[in-house]
Amino acid sequence: MSKLFQKEWVCSVCLLAVLLVIWEVTVKYFEVPFFLLPAPSGVLTSLRDGLSESLTSRVGFYLHTYYTVSEALLGFLIGSGLGLILGTLIAQSPFVGRVFLPYIVAFQSLPKVALAPLLIVWFGVGMTSKVVIVAMLTFFPLLVNSIAGFESVDRDLLEMMRSFKATRWQIFCKVRFPSALPFIFAGLSMAIVYSLIGAIVGEFIGGRHGLGILILQMNFNMDMQGVFSVFVVLSVIGIAFYLAMRLIERRVVFWASRSRDVIEL
Amino acid sequence: MTSFIELRNVTKSYRTLQEEDLLALQDVSFEVGKSEFVSVVGASGCGKTTLLKIIAGLIPYSSGEVLIGGSSVKGPRKDIGFVFQQPVLLPWRTVLENTLLPIEVMGLPREEYGRRAQDILDRVGLSGFSNKYPFELSGGMQQRVAITRALVYDPDVLLLDEPFGALDAMTRESLNLELLRIWSDHRKTVLFVTHSISEAIFLSDRVVALTPRPGRLADVVEVDLPRPRRLDVMQTEAFGMLAKRIRSLLGIGEEVGGIE
Repeated sequence: MSKLFQKEWVCSVCLLAVLLVIWEVTVKYFEVPFFLLPAPSGVLTSLRDGLSESLTSRVGFYLHTYYTVSEALLGFLIGSGLGLILGTLIAQSPFVGRVFLPYIVAFQSLPKVALAPLLIVWFGVGMTSKVVIVAMLTFFPLLVNSIAGFESVDRDLLEMMRSFKATRWQIFCKVRFPSALPFIFAGLSMAIVYSLIGAIVGEFIGGRHGLGILILQMNFNMDMQGVFSVFVVLSVIGIAFYLAMRLIERRVVFWASRSRDVIEL
Repeated sequence: MTSFIELRNVTKSYRTLQEEDLLALQDVSFEVGKSEFVSVVGASGCGKTTLLKIIAGLIPYSSGEVLIGGSSVKGPRKDIGFVFQQPVLLPWRTVLENTLLPIEVMGLPREEYGRRAQDILDRVGLSGFSNKYPFELSGGMQQRVAITRALVYDPDVLLLDEPFGALDAMTRESLNLELLRIWSDHRKTVLFVTHSISEAIFLSDRVVALTPRPGRLADVVEVDLPRPRRLDVMQTEAFGMLAKRIRSLLGIGEEVGGIE
């Protein structure tokens, strides 16, 4: 099993190397203008330059990464936290659930990004507006997944708890909440990816700091190598976010993948 | 023998989605004596599970009366241990934590009952498995954990709803023997629901036969086989006669000519 996994890893890395070589050769051979598509070697140079800048430099990665990651994580905590709390409350009463359902569906089908310009007007060009955008994006995956999680609870487990004269609160703590956890984590994995999207979109609409701002500035200066190097930084952050989430998930709901059919990524 | 569980004309009807009343159980009356082992047999859909859940206070009944130790059953009670068809263990808890679930719910001292749980686990052959998770155990072992969980708070009554129905025949036989041993150790009043006639006879002092749709009491058959029983009691003539009697009560093998 682990051997197979390693083999896949080696193949993935080889594929990347081959693609980069083809890319490099194509750009050099056909003399593609640098403002259309930079060569990987150029992107690497920009990446090195950006990383060797000081922590507070406005042209380096560190300052902007700090802002983008802070916006994303803060918004993620607020949005997914509220989504989890509201979803949990709604799931406790089918009646309340039915009252809220039309609103949930309406808001879910609205592209939240469309509200971004409005939020810049309301909350200014600082961090607050980005945090709000991220919170809105991460709210729904948690809301919907926690409701689905609480609905998925095995009826037999509830009857078993009733046979011990368990109270509503005991049933919630000992059975309903843990049963919903695999769904809640599915929502968290989705939300953590959305959080980065939200932060970048918010910065695009308006702001002073962040990797989104850096992309806009580099784009304006026709520095395509730089733009691509920011893409690399962003995907590294995205992968780190996602892997951290999966790691926590595996520790907390260790039993889920082994005792029922959960789709493994 | 004084009766401990008493059913008087228990009737249960359901309201279907088509707004019709469906009779599941009709005028069921029988008694179970203190420390007696009684089985309820019947075809699937005869309401035997419903009957057991009514006694456990998990389902309300429409009319009649259910008494345990002289008091009327109005909801789940702490003097009953219930073993379900499936083990229904919490997958995020270890074997020992699962067996201590009722202790936590009932607010009993964890220390004292932890030792008791460990004792029972040892006796059902799960000594080294206290810290394993349910997904690491076989179906038979999981059901042993469920039985331990039902025994740990020392209820007077043990109700078992086809607990070994999902297991293979060999595991089933060994668990039947274990159940008899547990019963003779703890001297609980046991009501055991099954669709297997031979299982019912092998385990019980008396067998209650239910006819299906609606569930009605056909008869109560006295099993006068000596105890302790071994598996080879099933090959005796007395056992065969009892099986034949119950089969005819349930109306099996009458309309069909029989199988060669």
